[in-house]
Amino acid sequence: MTPAPESEPVAPQALSGCPLEEITLEAAVNGDLSPADLRIHPETLRHQARVAEEHGNSQLGENLRRAAELTAVPDDQVLEVYEALRPGRSTLAELEATADRLEAADAPLGATLVREAAAVYERRGVLKPG
Amino acid sequence: MTKGPAPRRLGRFIGLDARPVNLDGFSKEDQDAGLVAFASANDPEPSVEVDADGRITELDGMPAADFDLIDAFIAAHGIDAEAAREAVSLDDVEFARLIVDPGTPREHVVRLARGATPAKLARVVALLRPVELQMAIAKMRVRRTPSSQAHVTNRLDDPLLLAADAATAVAFGFREVETTVPVNRDAPSNALAVLIGSQVGAGGALTQCSVEEAMELELALHGLTTYAETVSVYGTEGAFIDGDDTPWSKAFLCAAYASRGLKMRVTSGGGAEALMGAAEGKSMFFLESRCVALARAMGAQGVQNGGIDAASVVGSVPGGMRELLAENLLVMLRDLESCSGNDALVSESDVRRTAHTVPLFLAGSDFLFSGFGSILRYDNMFGPSNFNAEDLDDFLVLQRDWDVDGALRPVTEERMREVRGRAARATQAVYRELGLAAFDDDHVEEVVVAEGSKDITPPDPRAVLRAADAILQKDIGILDVVRALARTGFEEEAARVLAMGRARVAGDYLQTAAIFDERMNVLSKVTDPNDYAGPGTGYEVSPARREEMAGIRQQRSREDYVARQAAAAPEVGGGASGGGGGGGATDAPAADGVCGKAAGTTGGTTGGTTGGTTGGTTAAAYSIVQRGVARPGTDPLEVCVGVSPAFAKQLWLTMSGLPVGEALRQIVAGIEEEGCVARLLRVRSTFDLGVIGLTAAQLAGSGIGVGLQAKGTAVINRRGLPPLACLELLSIAPILTAALYRDLGVNAARYAKGLQPEPVRNPYTGQAIEARYHAEVVALAAVEREACERDAPPVDLEMIE
Repeated sequence: MTPAPESEPVAPQALSGCPLEEITLEAAVNGDLSPADLRIHPETLRHQARVAEEHGNSQLGENLRRAAELTAVPDDQVLEVYEALRPGRSTLAELEATADRLEAADAPLGATLVREAAAVYERRGVLKPG
Repeated sequence: MTKGPAPRRLGRFIGLDARPVNLDGFSKEDQDAGLVAFASANDPEPSVEVDADGRITELDGMPAADFDLIDAFIAAHGIDAEAAREAVSLDDVEFARLIVDPGTPREHVVRLARGATPAKLARVVALLRPVELQMAIAKMRVRRTPSSQAHVTNRLDDPLLLAADAATAVAFGFREVETTVPVNRDAPSNALAVLIGSQVGAGGALTQCSVEEAMELELALHGLTTYAETVSVYGTEGAFIDGDDTPWSKAFLCAAYASRGLKMRVTSGGGAEALMGAAEGKSMFFLESRCVALARAMGAQGVQNGGIDAASVVGSVPGGMRELLAENLLVMLRDLESCSGNDALVSESDVRRTAHTVPLFLAGSDFLFSGFGSILRYDNMFGPSNFNAEDLDDFLVLQRDWDVDGALRPVTEERMREVRGRAARATQAVYRELGLAAFDDDHVEEVVVAEGSKDITPPDPRAVLRAADAILQKDIGILDVVRALARTGFEEEAARVLAMGRARVAGDYLQTAAIFDERMNVLSKVTDPNDYAGPGTGYEVSPARREEMAGIRQQRSREDYVARQAAAAPEVGGGASGGGGGGGATDAPAADGVCGKAAGTTGGTTGGTTGGTTGGTTAAAYSIVQRGVARPGTDPLEVCVGVSPAFAKQLWLTMSGLPVGEALRQIVAGIEEEGCVARLLRVRSTFDLGVIGLTAAQLAGSGIGVGLQAKGTAVINRRGLPPLACLELLSIAPILTAALYRDLGVNAARYAKGLQPEPVRNPYTGQAIEARYHAEVVALAAVEREACERDAPPVDLEMIE
């Protein structure tokens, strides 16, 4: 991994593609903004991940990269994955399935996290008895 | 053997037993129960093994096959394999010195800490003494500029009060506002109200609503909060599972918050595991070290610890308060934002709870409080904080005392009225506009002036619930709030709320220790890194900030004290005075002592003294008129009463609030009561009480004199005594009464008659009389000093009733 220099100019845009400078009060009042215009873009998160890594925090970087993937995952599915990872909520197969869904949703880092959990949960007896 | 009667209890113990500190619980150390602060015999030896692929195969004595959930997560994500061997093999004391030494760069320590296992870091930090912890904290905290967080909650979940209190917190300078609920379903309403209130008066304060994890995330997804904090982690597997989470579920939650652009930190704090009966016999500090290592491993940007819910468990054991402070340092060493506790009230004793907070306050932190109770204790739905709204003035004074930036600033009553009113009205408008609830104007007015929720008419609790439900049902998000604010005339607040939304898109506040200043600049590890490296480096209180901190509303200048005195002067034109040139006695010895003729004279002299009652007192009218230069008297029953240079000229009230003329009248009455004659004179060359008393004694026919300063201190002196000696002294002017002045006069007369009276005793109170009055004493002394005329002889005075 070769982090881009921090000085690399980044002009953030919202998840919707709306440029930051177009998020104005006028646009909000005129009804020209939607919730997606106030959502962070995955590239912005990856940029922030690089900044964190350049400042010596690879774990924060990793978290922001996982987050970048989740920008495309709907709210209810995000909540579902969280719930599935809580103790005793999922069988091994269910966690595998969750990981596969994340993989399919273009969230490989998330999928890796879930698979890692599944293996440890099995060893430590934290799976749903199934 | 017969038992005798129980011995009488000692008064000392009866008294001590009743002190507030003895309401606190204190535990004997008990390793098995986890009731030990720093080092349990069950804590593992630090160790680390790394295989050829850089994988951690042993952590703190535990082989990978036996890793529990926490070890496994830390080993997989939290330890820098390259630094691990160096860090773990480094001598503990050497490591500890590197942490404290200002000459060792912060980055060097952070790099080592990246490789340090939980047991290693716990052992090293445990070596630090309190003052070393402070030095380390000054150097290791992430952000240069200190900040603070407020709790804003109330018993009623009243949205208008929440908003007004959030605005109040922001006015005081808090940059994060955390709310929670007594009624869980009210959460969306509380989040909304606090969001609105937090953007009144200034922008950029971050807000959160602490509720159950899934609900908290949902509120964040709606854009009604801007950060999350109550993502709890624990130091044992058992406690973690009891908390219904695992390191993986929490790590996923971290990513989930970040994916919606929210800043997030986790919560831990020593003692929680012991409280849950799941400490596994380990010390609190070792378990906390695991929590903090885990927080770093998960990729959280910060940790709230060092005085959270279980703080009193930590406080109950020996070394507990040191442990709490050391917890904050663990976070800083892992290069994470420290949201430094002082959250839970740790003691019934004001001394003890303050002593918990002060060391960190002096050292500085990213957040000095992870919840200063900015509302009254009873309104804090987290439970009382270590400092609360009742303590705001104390805290502002502490900042001023120590020249330490505690992140708060004084607020005037006018300013508070303004922001509370605006916040309550904006919230009223938004709730109405969005069809959530209708609050009338009377409610707004009640909220603005209320100290707490007990001062307002409770809103219909179902109205709050309905509003909360409606927020979820109507899917109300940040844009709806922006529009509603703008449509109802709160454009400024609309723009600020929108700016918080825009901040999520920009993402800069996802970096470690990020806050917004009031101009929406991000201050974080990236933009405002702590650069402390010894004296002359690091965060500096700017002159403007110093002035702000100094400017507490209780601050008085000499002019303020003088003005108060002047206001107590008798009105011009009454009494014996015929002139209108001000209320002072004539300065120069007036020919034949005719009063009232000097009105309008120049050079600072003023017209004849006029007598009169001062506001609210019942003292009879009087005037003091100056006669000629005082000569020695011959009447053996004559007692002279000497007053100070500014007495009844610039100064009109004693420190106890008595008109100076009344104090003088009482002394005279006491002298006359004993059949002696009182002669009044003014010493003009000095305001030294001993000299005034001695001068009076030397001029008195009896050789007995009384000295009286305008501030009320009084003395009896005898001719020939050394100046610093005296017969009697009433020294505690602020609590002297008219009766004591009379007694002093009586005694002076008795000395004149050759008797040996029982001395008048100074009243005594346990109050901090000097703290209360010394600022004023200095001001009054300056006035007296200016009134002194060098070499001017004493003059006779006449008091005209």
